[in-house]
Amino acid sequence: MSVVVLVEVEEGRASLVSREALTFARSLGAGDLHAVVVGPAPEAVVADCRDAGVAVVHEAGDPALERYAAAAWAAVVEAAGRAARADLVVAPGTGRGNEVLAHVAARRNLRMAANVVAVESLAPLVVQRQVVGGAALERATVDGRVRLLTMAGHAVEPSAADAPGAARVAPLALTIDPQDLRAQVVRVEKRESGDTSGLTAAKVVVGAGRGAGGPDGFAAVDRLAERLGGAVGVSRVVTSLGWRPHHEQVGQTGSRIAPDLYLACGISGSIQHWAGCASSRTIIAVNTDPDAPMVTKADYAVIGDMHEVLPAVLEELG
Amino acid sequence: MTDVLVCVKRVPDPTGEVVLTPDGMRVDGRYAGYTTSAHEEAAIALAVQVAESTGGSVTVLSVGAAESVEQIRAGIAVGATDGILVEADPDLLGPADVAAAVAEALRVREEAGRTYGLVLLGNDAADTGDFQVGVRLAYLLGRPVVAGVQTLEVDGDVATLRGEGPEGTEVYEVALPAVATVLEGGVSPKYPSVVGRMKAKKAEVETLGWTGSPVGAGREALTVPEPPPNEVTVIGEGTAAAPGLVAVLRELKVVHG
Ligand SMILES: Cc1cc2nc3c(=O)[nH]c(=O)nc-3n(C[C@H](O)[C@H](O)[C@H](O)COP(=O)(O)OP(=O)(O)OC[C@H]3O[C@@H](n4cnc5c(N)ncnc54)[C@H](O)[C@@H]3O)c2cc1C
Repeated sequence: MSVVVLVEVEEGRASLVSREALTFARSLGAGDLHAVVVGPAPEAVVADCRDAGVAVVHEAGDPALERYAAAAWAAVVEAAGRAARADLVVAPGTGRGNEVLAHVAARRNLRMAANVVAVESLAPLVVQRQVVGGAALERATVDGRVRLLTMAGHAVEPSAADAPGAARVAPLALTIDPQDLRAQVVRVEKRESGDTSGLTAAKVVVGAGRGAGGPDGFAAVDRLAERLGGAVGVSRVVTSLGWRPHHEQVGQTGSRIAPDLYLACGISGSIQHWAGCASSRTIIAVNTDPDAPMVTKADYAVIGDMHEVLPAVLEELG
Repeated sequence: MTDVLVCVKRVPDPTGEVVLTPDGMRVDGRYAGYTTSAHEEAAIALAVQVAESTGGSVTVLSVGAAESVEQIRAGIAVGATDGILVEADPDLLGPADVAAAVAEALRVREEAGRTYGLVLLGNDAADTGDFQVGVRLAYLLGRPVVAGVQTLEVDGDVATLRGEGPEGTEVYEVALPAVATVLEGGVSPKYPSVVGRMKAKKAEVETLGWTGSPVGAGREALTVPEPPPNEVTVIGEGTAAAPGLVAVLRELKVVHG
């Protein structure tokens, strides 16, 4: 038995969610732990895999893989699965992870369970996964020769294995089929800054969600973050509506923060958002709705319109 | 001219409180009501743009119970041309089954001389969150597929599609026919006009069946997790709470100077 984990590379390292997936896969005790990296595996990524207890790091160096193409990535994951004789393949529950594994599922006619938070049994494979945007959990059986699952972000803490793995780098021999490059990124329009380090290291995070009302609704949020020497964090609604850049997103598919104070304004506190902010030492919610989960789960709350409360707080602070 | 097929799902309103049916197998939408998810509303808006710019048409398809015709007509009310209901018990279907049912409906239309250059779906269903129907459909059709699309344009036989990737906006150029799954955010959903509503009432919705044998979703049960017990201290309401909030900030030692 063995497990293959798709490891995504972010700024030269295994991404946080990938390290979580490695930790989770290892905890299943489902045999040898393998990793697959699309492209040549950077040394720091191999080191991350070693710490996580990975026996083999499969890498694919075909130059055709330089620009993202989900079908080609799926071909790489399939090749790693064959090389490892895997009966379980795990990917991070990111946009890419879910997309690539869906391709593997379609190509091999396999079942896939998305956004898994726990495994109840291995044979048969029974999982708990998030549905209805995390408002409910589904217990589901995933049958098949090879089982595919993606891990909901931040469902586990990444940790090192008791004993490091060999992390032997094994190049995959595969040629990418041009069919798998029919949908490939032709170019990336880069963001000015994609750096999340300011957010994840901040002692204070001032958060804003749909309650900000629009791209112009962040003035007081920005000023308060500056006044408290902190960073701004936002909900996915805010990034998907294009009000703020993705690197400011907190949550399952964004950053995980652990500041001394998280001041969450106009954020309802969905499960996915909570996944990214639950480790904050103190949470204060500012919300018009006293029943919003962000309010009921917070340490302190102010019930009111953030556009009135925040300016008043700034004035009070002087 | 590009004809676009948009696949939508009737789902319990995901912004409402989740109430389960007594057997714990489904979300009971009777309280929250039913809707089309935000991703699929965005897909319809993009499809209407493509149809307008290329002189094509938009067909809204839903696989599900007879009531799904409400979601189909809501799509027609905001600019789609016609609809297809593939009547099936949604509780028996998994993502592979839904993809197979859509593929079969496309074949039926093709035999009748109607082909779709572009098929759009939501990136993930608001209720089951499987993240795979669109990709599975693309493989059944032998077409390329792009996921997480927020904007798109069609020029002749090529679609330019954009979505957010880890480093910025990713641009795809894909030859038609193709499949794309849409995420909300790149386009504002449309609101129905009075004329649109009238049109939707009268528009033709073809009803098809699906003859495949479902593999299902593997669901054993649903649960709604209990929030952990917590006592929140409400500092106050509105601007009057500002001094109290600042006092808490000082207590937490996050205010300097
Ligand atoms: C697979 C998956 C992954 C996801 N990942 C993430 C993620 O990483 N991060 C994330 O955040 N979400 C994520 N989501 C989305 C998540 O489910 C919610 O939709 C999102 O977090 C809601 O954002 P919000 O709180 O800003 O908006 P809403 O839920 O619309 O809440 C807005 C809140 O603002 C309050 N409000 C409105 N006006 C005001 C005002 N003037 N003053 C004060 N309060 C006001 C309202 O009472 C409400 O509580 C994910 C969803 C899925 C399915």
